[in-house]
Amino acid sequence: MAKHVVAAVADIPPGTRRLTQVNGRAIVVFNLGGEFFALNNRCPHRGGSLFHGKQTGLVESDGPGNYRYSRPGEIEYTKLGEIIRCPWHGWEFDIRTGQSWCDPKRVRVRQYAVSIEPGEALVQGPYVAESFPVSVENDYVVVEA
Amino acid sequence: MNIEVRQPVHGAKDSGKARVGIFDCDIHPKSSLEDLRPYLSNRWWDYLQTYGQRQRHGYVKGFPYPKSQPLASRRDSWPPGGGLPASDLDFMRQQHLDFYGIEWGIMNPLSPTGQGEQNDELSAAMAFAANEYQLEGWNRREPRLKASVVIPYENGEMSRAEIRKRTGDRRFAHVLFLSRTSELLGKRRYWPIFEAAVEAGFPIGVHVFGSSGRPMSNTGWPSFYIEEITEHSASLAASVTSLIVEGVFERHPELKIVLIEAGFAWIPSLGWRLDQNWKRMRDEVPHLRRAPSEYLREHFWVSTQPMEEAEEPDHVLDVMAWIGWDKILFASDYPHWDFDDPFVALPPSLSEERRNKIYSGNAKALYRLD
Amino acid sequence: MTDTLAAIDCDVHPTVPDMTALLPYLDDFWRATVVERGINSLETVTYPPNAPLTARPQWRDKNGRAATSAAELTAHVCDRWQAGIAILNCLYGVGLLFSEDMAFAFTRALNAWVAKEWLDRDPRLRASIVVPLQNTEYAVDEIERCAKDRRFVQILVLAMQETPLGRRHFWPIYAAAERHGLPLGIHAGSTYRHSITSLGWPSYYIEDYASHTQAFQSQLASLVCEGVFAKYPGLKVVLLESGVTWLPAFLWRFSKFWRGVRAEVPWVDRSPAEIVRDHVRLTIQPFDAPADPDRVEQAIDHLRSDAILLYASDFPHWQFDDDETMPAGIPPALRRKILVENPLATYDRLTL
Repeated sequence: MAKHVVAAVADIPPGTRRLTQVNGRAIVVFNLGGEFFALNNRCPHRGGSLFHGKQTGLVESDGPGNYRYSRPGEIEYTKLGEIIRCPWHGWEFDIRTGQSWCDPKRVRVRQYAVSIEPGEALVQGPYVAESFPVSVENDYVVVEA
Repeated sequence: MNIEVRQPVHGAKDSGKARVGIFDCDIHPKSSLEDLRPYLSNRWWDYLQTYGQRQRHGYVKGFPYPKSQPLASRRDSWPPGGGLPASDLDFMRQQHLDFYGIEWGIMNPLSPTGQGEQNDELSAAMAFAANEYQLEGWNRREPRLKASVVIPYENGEMSRAEIRKRTGDRRFAHVLFLSRTSELLGKRRYWPIFEAAVEAGFPIGVHVFGSSGRPMSNTGWPSFYIEEITEHSASLAASVTSLIVEGVFERHPELKIVLIEAGFAWIPSLGWRLDQNWKRMRDEVPHLRRAPSEYLREHFWVSTQPMEEAEEPDHVLDVMAWIGWDKILFASDYPHWDFDDPFVALPPSLSEERRNKIYSGNAKALYRLD
Repeated sequence: MTDTLAAIDCDVHPTVPDMTALLPYLDDFWRATVVERGINSLETVTYPPNAPLTARPQWRDKNGRAATSAAELTAHVCDRWQAGIAILNCLYGVGLLFSEDMAFAFTRALNAWVAKEWLDRDPRLRASIVVPLQNTEYAVDEIERCAKDRRFVQILVLAMQETPLGRRHFWPIYAAAERHGLPLGIHAGSTYRHSITSLGWPSYYIEDYASHTQAFQSQLASLVCEGVFAKYPGLKVVLLESGVTWLPAFLWRFSKFWRGVRAEVPWVDRSPAEIVRDHVRLTIQPFDAPADPDRVEQAIDHLRSDAILLYASDFPHWQFDDDETMPAGIPPALRRKILVENPLATYDRLTL
């Protein structure tokens, strides 16, 4: 595994995501409120492109009919924007951990370590950034894959 | 500075899996009412503008069981140039037809077609228009896409007339029903349609959905969309039973029926149950000269989508063997969300021979394209 | 006593001769109603009296009826087929009535008749409480009344209702059932509120009988999707006379869709297949399969549960010939489970 520069931090504002290619693999990088996460783009169910899915919240309930909107008696809708649903069959994955909601023990989408590195550090290497021009003034998103 | 990533992401290196061209029995091209305009009389165009369609459920737009995703479509199937999923032929080629190596596809348009419309004449007018537009707007530009003969199925004679118009036209693959008809499919009101289809040499495709005007299940109305989609197979089982037990296949030994988007694992159990009871109660149905499961085996084909997902994958193979390897037809259901990707949908342990039959050979034999 | 028990028959049917049998159990007003309005029979077309399925010819008396007394029923079910216990599911058509009050009165009378004419006559017999679903309060009332008699071991409803059984207006009934340790027994049949298929009325009885599997599927989907098992984790459900082999295909489809559409029913917190294996049991007659032991064994394998099947003869319905109460092909290790252990685990009140 090696570290790859995939984007400048400014390229992925909070609440957005970006599809990148690393080592022939498609990886989707998310910015959740300033924290970055990287997941394999391919849904483990049937291969749908997670980048094209809906980024949504987590729907939970403590009982039938209890749709708690952060209040007793309503559906609990939390972790807004932290769930990615496959654009095909709708499977839900936690962006922070890659785990699926329908079968958390056995099904997850592969996660990759992400770090933010300043340009100065990058120009020294060793990072795979041949196709990615880097300048010392900016910060960059680095994925280990 | 931006990394360009071409879509979709699993690409050329996977295409080796399907060495044979794929025959996709279920594609849903999206036309608009405007597209149908040239083929509708002023009378019916004005009627549609004023009164609209009334299709045995209450909404002008949308459904009382709202879909889980807009237009029940894959979120990545909205054309980048605009328009609704599967409305843009170029994008459909790029994302689906060319990408997967689809050699033949059958169009099963779902709307606007007027099927299930409460007004028979309007239904017939829209069926005609939908058929003309399938030819002009789709097949002429993309001959890989075969049309379905859309019919106003709640009116047997009007349907017969529409089928007769299309007789001999090999751009059409089959006659199209939606599964939620107002009566069971074996009932006499539909017999003129079977007669006409056999006369014209068309199989009949029965695609799930539609609105019967009756409760969604035989125990009333469920609450949820997930119940609606799960229970389509139960509903269709009633029509399959009806077709068999009413003796439709005794009257029409050449009639062939394709069940589309209902899954298939329920078929063997239905045959077994009918056989068991026919054994003891044959006197009720003297017109049946063979066991019900024999009619089931001989006259029905099933499409693969939505592919069955058992906890133990071998169980799906058991079921496929019980149904018959020659009766199973690949379908994608593009662009809907429960779409089956041909490269990954079939059980991986299938032999190449069986895989190719399902991808192509069985459909080519059925639709006489071999 | 478990060691000496050879079988527990979880589905047999007492025949009500006609409404006069229930007169002693009605109050003055309802007795007068039955007589003055000429209400003679509540037999349903679910089992046309002379249809082959309704009773094997050899079991019919000179009037063409079967299972008309405890002695006659137990001679077959207990003496001949070795069931140490048999559970009576009375299918007389009180569920089809529209008047809530009439249904309540007739249902009470029916359960009282079962207790007196059947349970009192043979200690091997148990029964299900027929529940008047026309009115939820009445239903709970009747459950509370009959639950005091521990020979009532289950509550009984028909598979086709006006609304799916999972719907919330039914929930007080499930609360009562759970409280008393009574499984919900759903039996093939209909209250005829709708056409017996979702696409209309079939022409032939063979089609009618096939349609019950569709209702069982809808009921399971409803119970799971509405969250009945989340709300009542102690509730068990028994599907009676369902046919069995339809279940795996249904669970595959249902679970597959759930994985993607989960957010619509977030209280369904694990795969429907798991929920059903935990909470639902099925009686074994009829077993819809060819007379091929390999096929039977495969079909049972697809169920993925040793605990799910319960022995039943379905007497006097004609589901098998001779004394083949169970289809050939059941793995030997499973036989005793089906015959005794699974029924004991399902029916808390079968205390031994």
